[in-house]
Amino acid sequence: MTRIDFMQGNTACAEGALAAGCRFFGGYPITPSTEVAEHMAVKLPKLGGVFIQMEDEIAGIASVIGASWTGVRSMTATSGPGFSLMMENLGFAVMTETPCVVVNIQRGGPSTGQPTMSAQGDMLQCRFGSHGDYSIIALSPASVQEMYELTIRAFNLADRFRVPVFLMADEIIGHMRERIEIPDSVPREERRLLDKGTLPFHAGSDLVPGFPQFGKGYGVHVTGLTHDERGYPCTTSPSVHEELVKRLVAKVESARDEIADYRVTNPAAEVVFITYGSPARTVEQLIHDHPEAKIGHLRLRLVWPFCEKALGEFPDARVFLVPEQNLGQMAREIERHTSVPVVPLPKLGGALHTPGELEKAMEIWR
Amino acid sequence: MRHEVRFSGFGGQGIILSAVILGRAAVMYDGNYAVQTQVYGPEARGGASMSAVIIDDQPILYPKVTNPDIFVIMSQEGFEKYGVHAGEDAVMILDSSLVQSRPRCRYIEIPATREAKQTLGRDIVANIIMLGALVRTTGVVGEEAIEKAILDSVPKGTESLNLKAMKLGFELAKKEDIT
Repeated sequence: MTRIDFMQGNTACAEGALAAGCRFFGGYPITPSTEVAEHMAVKLPKLGGVFIQMEDEIAGIASVIGASWTGVRSMTATSGPGFSLMMENLGFAVMTETPCVVVNIQRGGPSTGQPTMSAQGDMLQCRFGSHGDYSIIALSPASVQEMYELTIRAFNLADRFRVPVFLMADEIIGHMRERIEIPDSVPREERRLLDKGTLPFHAGSDLVPGFPQFGKGYGVHVTGLTHDERGYPCTTSPSVHEELVKRLVAKVESARDEIADYRVTNPAAEVVFITYGSPARTVEQLIHDHPEAKIGHLRLRLVWPFCEKALGEFPDARVFLVPEQNLGQMAREIERHTSVPVVPLPKLGGALHTPGELEKAMEIWR
Repeated sequence: MRHEVRFSGFGGQGIILSAVILGRAAVMYDGNYAVQTQVYGPEARGGASMSAVIIDDQPILYPKVTNPDIFVIMSQEGFEKYGVHAGEDAVMILDSSLVQSRPRCRYIEIPATREAKQTLGRDIVANIIMLGALVRTTGVVGEEAIEKAILDSVPKGTESLNLKAMKLGFELAKKEDIT
């Protein structure tokens, strides 16, 4: 039996995290993500979990990384400048292969920008914001229902790939309230523990090492320095560094088709919108209002790693129109993977694209 | 049956809570769909606050209100900022104790803040009087649904005060004619 509720997106995210078994939240409140922390602060202690408000976002993500090494599903939520502050330690999470979920309810930037207004300006920052080469996974919800579902998926992906997974929502989806169906049980994919006798950073064919959980009898050194399979620093060997970084990237990138998550509408269309997050809602309205126009829509629920295979779902596409609340961040990525013209439809300032605006943009190409 | 309802007043009147209660009534107790949004700003106290609810028997795609057919206005500044451009087909429920202007569309005057103070002794429930008047006037959600949603949403110990406010809203709306 599912339960119907009327819930805010940020609350649904927190509820999804709790249903996924998250029992640690460390962070620092910031608009428009604060309700995630507030809800976790109320609920976690009652479930035997820990909520801790740290002195800033740097410490917030650091606490999440530490908690994760004890085997507990751990998360933080932030926005704007808080996300920027987390970048260095996110690189540490990547290098140490620490599963964690980072929720970003995007607001207008740069800097403190527009605290209460919607944006999608951090889509490249979540992919490339820390230094060095690496790969991560990012999901983008377009409804309160998906705030719940994709938060759960984020935990499962984080544990499977031992990588930070980002829930890249926007203020519109985070703050709106709508109908949600909450299921009795949710899918759970456990973190695979390290086989005894195996070196802690030795990976098998899936490129993901078993997890030597603190307190379970493993002796393991965890460092952000380039390390060998024992976990010991090994910072001057070109081959050790190259192999490590290539594996960190490949464990995510080689799974891009398998973990791909997108929705296709009207695959025979010539004019195709590609969206993620709140602009998807505008395109869905446009399609609903003009059923005869057979407007194509590729809606990405998993944004990184970008799944180029999804573009092939529209063999007759003459143009990909990409409405985003930024100046064309994912449009740039899409362009790399297709010979079909890609047209960014940027909108800044916090307001959602209107159906009228997208209809006008579309008419040029019909 | 899509309805777009816009609430406006000053921060502290419960403008946002009103919208949340209305959306909850539609989803939880009428079995419809609803999306509630609001303007987030620094208006915790004072300033013009605005929130909105879309109610439909079909899933709601575009979540923002574009052409409200129902307005609930509880301050003069709220009227000027969010009510003055109401379309001619719209209905406005206005708190006549606080709003001096009158719209071009049909409207009903509910002296909610005055009644809350004089009849119930607490001006804090003026928004619930307005909700009662809104539901009686427009039927946008059922009267039982709004009652249950109010009980879900108000602090413990204030249930009977809020239900009195809701019923007062029903009565005030019944007595008045829509102009």
